[in-house]
Amino acid sequence: MTILTTTPNIPDGDGFYSDLIAAHDGLSDDESAALNARLILILANQIGDRAVLTAALDAARPKPR
Amino acid sequence: MLDDRYALAFRLYPYEHSPDQDAEAPVRHPVVVQGGGPIGVAMALDLGLQGIPVLVLDDHEGIGQGSRAICFAKRCLEIADRYGAAEPMLDKGVVWNLGKVFHEDRKVYEFNLLPEAGHRFPAFINLQQPYFEKFLVERVREAQAAGAPIEIRGKNRVQSVEIFDDHTRLQVETPEGGYVLEADWLIGCDGAGSPLRGMMGLDFDGRVFQDSFLIADITMKADFPTERWFWFEPWHKAGASTLLHKQPDGVWRVDFQIGWDVDRKEELKEENVRRRLDAMLGPDVEYELVWTSIYTFQCRRMKKFRHGRVIFAGDSAHQVSPFGARGANSGMQDVDNLGWKLGMVIRGEAPDALLDSYCAERRHGADENILNSTRSTDFITPKSKISHVFRNAVLDLAQEYEFARPLVNSGRLSVPCVYDGLPLNGPDALPGGPLRSRVGSPCPDAPLGNGFLLPQLGGRFTILTVDAEAPDAVAEDGVTATRLALSAADDTTGALAERYLGAAMSAVYLIRPDQHVAARWDRYDEPALRAALRAACGKGHDR
Ligand SMILES: Cc1cc2nc3c(=O)[nH]c(=O)nc-3n(C[C@H](O)[C@H](O)[C@H](O)COP(=O)(O)OP(=O)(O)OC[C@H]3O[C@@H](n4cnc5c(N)ncnc54)[C@H](O)[C@@H]3O)c2cc1C
Repeated sequence: MTILTTTPNIPDGDGFYSDLIAAHDGLSDDESAALNARLILILANQIGDRAVLTAALDAARPKPR
Repeated sequence: MLDDRYALAFRLYPYEHSPDQDAEAPVRHPVVVQGGGPIGVAMALDLGLQGIPVLVLDDHEGIGQGSRAICFAKRCLEIADRYGAAEPMLDKGVVWNLGKVFHEDRKVYEFNLLPEAGHRFPAFINLQQPYFEKFLVERVREAQAAGAPIEIRGKNRVQSVEIFDDHTRLQVETPEGGYVLEADWLIGCDGAGSPLRGMMGLDFDGRVFQDSFLIADITMKADFPTERWFWFEPWHKAGASTLLHKQPDGVWRVDFQIGWDVDRKEELKEENVRRRLDAMLGPDVEYELVWTSIYTFQCRRMKKFRHGRVIFAGDSAHQVSPFGARGANSGMQDVDNLGWKLGMVIRGEAPDALLDSYCAERRHGADENILNSTRSTDFITPKSKISHVFRNAVLDLAQEYEFARPLVNSGRLSVPCVYDGLPLNGPDALPGGPLRSRVGSPCPDAPLGNGFLLPQLGGRFTILTVDAEAPDAVAEDGVTATRLALSAADDTTGALAERYLGAAMSAVYLIRPDQHVAARWDRYDEPALRAALRAACGKGHDR
């Protein structure tokens, strides 16, 4: 059993996605990278569970094709 | 040929001719310590106070100038106290609790170490390393006067060693020429560059950090508070990071991260050091330079700290970056761990195998220290663009949100490691017992009457009972553990109960000579205690 939620879990996915992109409006690449980093840290703290975070890191890693 | 490699702060053991130099055949010593830095001298104190003859050979006549270590942690002071050397350190040292973290031109947050009450020693003192070493040597002199068989020979440089199964033979160089010595046991305390390690062709692998730090100790008239200030990417650009820390005698330590490709000679010129300091302190602050130096940092250790009759301790065995002050602090824990074990083996009270546990336990400690100081170094000096982005994201968030503050890593201050799951440990059979005094931990201090608990422990095996019965002494296979009978009521602050009972009503602890917990139970169980005592002496576990 995976502890990571890998099935759809965000209500209004389209709305969230467009907010995510909009958050970067007008930012330079460096500013965008900084925003992403802050966002990841905020979300990671919200999750808190170390095992879930580890599973998320694994899931995000590029897969060999 | 025997030129000093550094200038002396205190000339404490001038060269003297030894009768050993005229002996027909090499004189054999039970223990020779190669290197009289803080760790070598502490090693000599531990053994000498046990009555074991110990000879320290150092290639200088005293203590080197320049304060490398400045932060000495509680555990280190507790160990020094066991050797009777901590009092002057505490008197001289500066106690600090408040730390501030800055990024560019703003304060990110501040923290208070909030020392827990009921400990004889503070979490940390700041003290110049030469003082720390001087107080140890002064304690050696005192112990010698009281008959402790310790000898320190200055300007005695070990040139080469020959290793045998049951001893080593040393070629020693002095201003009057060379002589040969033999040692049943040789302890390598000759520092990070350990010539002994080199002579034996032993490994020392790890990571070199591609950065350098300019360290300036200064005195100033300006009145900065006694706090630790750490800047990430400071506005003054005098360093990629900068640390300001107070020492005794009105001295401040300033530490500039200056990058990898630097011209050391150029950077150390007074005008260039002053240029950085002026940028940081402003043009109106008057100061004097006491000492400057440039360091590069590495984190590495030997694979094995013990090689037959040769044992390594301190920087020779493991080296960490200074963030978190784990160098001398962990070296003192090596000595604390090795001293009683070697003493028992030499006295025939324990098998030689007990010394292998020194390697297992202190390697565990070294790995923990290397892990911590590597993480700090990676945070302070990010190695990639993305690592830099995340580091600054943490600093940005920390200013506003509490959650990010624990992620800010400007050095995790040295705490002793717990020997979790290692072979000398006995049962942890105290249901509801506190985590902090679990088997393998160093005993936490607690108030006791007008004094403290720790001075009553150590140097021997102790059966610590809290509201429990036990015999006054238990002798097992030539080793005696003596009882220290306490009651939770002995400490009205409740710290003793909180640190040793937790939710339990009574407790029996078996405590090692280095004040680490060997086993614990809720009541006295003779066969179990005897088995634990044997296990703690390296005699194996009953099956
Ligand atoms: C900038 C800096 C800051 C630091 N800050 C801290 C801190 O705040 N807290 C902390 O705990 N640690 C700190 N450290 C680490 C600390 O300085 C070392 O861990 C400590 O000095 C190690 O002691 P040692 O006795 O093992 O080795 P050393 O101090 O290096 O002593 C080795 C001795 O052996 C002698 N020797 C060498 N070769 C021979 C030979 N062939 N024969 C005879 N003698 C020989 C040397 O002359 C020397 O006296 C810091 C280090 C640096 C560089």
